[in-house]
Amino acid sequence: MATSNKVINNQTNQGILNGDNIVINSKALAIVGTDAVSEAMRQINPDVVAAYPITPQTAIVETFSQMVADGLVKTHLVAVESEHSAMSATIGASAAGSRVMTCTSSQGLAYMWELLHIASGLRLPIVMPNVNRALSAPINIHCDHGDSMGARDASWIQLFSENAQEAYDNTLQAVRIAENPDVLLPVMVLLDGFIISHSIDRVEIIDDEAASNFVGEFHSPYSLLDPKNPVTVGAFDSLYGYFFEFKRQQEEAMSNAVNVIKDVGQEYGKISGRSYGLFESVGMEDAEFAFVAMGSAAGTIRELVEEMRSRGIPVGMIKLRVFRPFPAKELAEALSGLKAVAVFDRSNTFAGNMGGPVFIELRSSLYDLQQRPLMINYIYGLGGRDLPIELINKAAGELGEAARSGRVKQIVNYLGLRE
Amino acid sequence: MSANLTEQKMSTKLKDLVKKPQILMGGHRMCAGCGAPIAVRQILLGAPENVKLVVANPTGCLEVSTTIYPYTSWNTSFVHCAFENAAATLSGVETAYNSLKEQGKIKEDYRFIAFGGDGGTYDIGLQSLSGALERGHRLIYVCYNNEAYMNTGIQRSGATPMGSWTTTSPHGSNSTGKKENRKDLTAIAAAHNIPYVAQASISHWKDLVRKAQKAFAADGPVFINVLSPCHRGWRFPMENTVEIARMAVQSCVWPLFEVENGKWKLTTKVPKRISVEEYLKPQGRFAHLFKEKNKETLALLQENVDAEWEKLLQLCGEKE
Repeated sequence: MATSNKVINNQTNQGILNGDNIVINSKALAIVGTDAVSEAMRQINPDVVAAYPITPQTAIVETFSQMVADGLVKTHLVAVESEHSAMSATIGASAAGSRVMTCTSSQGLAYMWELLHIASGLRLPIVMPNVNRALSAPINIHCDHGDSMGARDASWIQLFSENAQEAYDNTLQAVRIAENPDVLLPVMVLLDGFIISHSIDRVEIIDDEAASNFVGEFHSPYSLLDPKNPVTVGAFDSLYGYFFEFKRQQEEAMSNAVNVIKDVGQEYGKISGRSYGLFESVGMEDAEFAFVAMGSAAGTIRELVEEMRSRGIPVGMIKLRVFRPFPAKELAEALSGLKAVAVFDRSNTFAGNMGGPVFIELRSSLYDLQQRPLMINYIYGLGGRDLPIELINKAAGELGEAARSGRVKQIVNYLGLRE
Repeated sequence: MSANLTEQKMSTKLKDLVKKPQILMGGHRMCAGCGAPIAVRQILLGAPENVKLVVANPTGCLEVSTTIYPYTSWNTSFVHCAFENAAATLSGVETAYNSLKEQGKIKEDYRFIAFGGDGGTYDIGLQSLSGALERGHRLIYVCYNNEAYMNTGIQRSGATPMGSWTTTSPHGSNSTGKKENRKDLTAIAAAHNIPYVAQASISHWKDLVRKAQKAFAADGPVFINVLSPCHRGWRFPMENTVEIARMAVQSCVWPLFEVENGKWKLTTKVPKRISVEEYLKPQGRFAHLFKEKNKETLALLQENVDAEWEKLLQLCGEKE
């Protein structure tokens, strides 16, 4: 932990969950998002970490390197010469039966791209926080989701975080999700660059022992270092082989992840007081129109939604936590019967004004509903462009108008764009 | 760094070597007459018997021909990840081993060895290799060097000699084949100041096995560059693979040496040197050089080899 961290309250929070009679031990710290992730990594205590610095992820590697230097973890750190080698070494270490992590951002994630598919294809339960940052060009170090969206078909589970607390919570849960025998897929934990990574936030860090017990021991099903059972990992498979079957199994694993993510989220609630599902619903019980968003923007949208609801406006919000697997069925149930839905995308697909990736996938998810809501897409915040509440308010006005009039003026909109 | 590797006493006698267990098994799909599996087998003969192995391959002929799912020719643990990252992948395996061993979760002793072609080593994999050598992982990286991208059908690489025909350095009215000299990867590896670097050839098996024994004994990164002719790409009859490799050594085109803890040493002297021309003549990839208009290139090749050989003799203390 960086020396500048301040403990908000010296008293340990000891709460008792209703009904479960389970004691929660945690301490609240005022730390930035990268330190929240480093804390989770310290508690996970991986066998191997291989990583390479890139803004805005750098502070995670730095802080974790210090933890290794101070003997706070048993981890063997490989300070590789590139992200390509970070993921390569991570794959090698995972195939060798160890619990392994790396972390990156933006160009680093793009540089790893071919290996992301190899990690998931080899069914290696690697956990990787990715601090979301725009992809070049033009070069830009600030937040958007274009980097991780570039990996959306790489068969990695993707968990988005609204704030530093969720980045910490998601990182701990990611280990359990990835290593579940019904899943065995790598997991990306996503947090917004600078907005989360470099902002000081109140983060409750659960007790080391509770965290350690929660993540448990990793038992690799196949290891290169099993002397009795030598294995060939990464075999060649061609025209008359089983490539298609392997890929079908990956899809199955991704489907299996839905329930595993829910179970792990519930179990995590018992040790932290914070349960997690596929998405969070705000005011959806009686909403007539709603926002759907991921990442830190959900915090700002929540503020507006609560304010509007206090004025009796039937608006709600769904904060999407799990982008992969995409919870299509669950989202369709949650949005069924609504008049209009506004989807916020912090990246674009460049498909010819089809809208952002969340919009396109959600729209497809709702196709089979008897009564489909009208849908509007707002692309916002590319390259870190701010999303002030006034802009969301403007979108809210258009959304309310669509719900009232039954028609959408413009499907794909750009919020905060100078035009 | 490491102890004196020359003190390692292991037999290089054929009667002892034939008793060693096979690790790359028969039944693989490498071409008849391919130099690569010869290199692999000779090097694995240098592995101590009390250790387990993890073998890594980048993408290449060896990898695609020995691991056709659901079969494998590797009677040991094997990992293939991608084309340019065998060294980085294996460095991850080695790190996992160190971590798990330290925790008492693994009792056995393991060694880690990569076999990559020149494409995956000289070119696309150079960064990954350099990073792994610099970080000091205890692993052996072997380049089975056939001087072009053979798996994709004979394209030029950074290891392809000047004047050579390949499908991407063809000769024609405006071309005499590859224009550029090959890079000196063995010297590049040596510049990493690692415990052991060697250049070897499949034709000199005793020299190669001895180098492999030293490699397995070294307590740090090792790089071995083994000339492994490819008759498909070099255009010679498949039964001549070993002979062509021998001629590369005899012509000083491919000298055999080692750099042990920084000390350069010529491991095979060349008492009866043959000309570069004599070495190139039986290879179809150089046939165009023997046309009158390309004589200059032929002469230049001999000049280059002479200069490199002189430089090496000085480095090895064979000449003032």
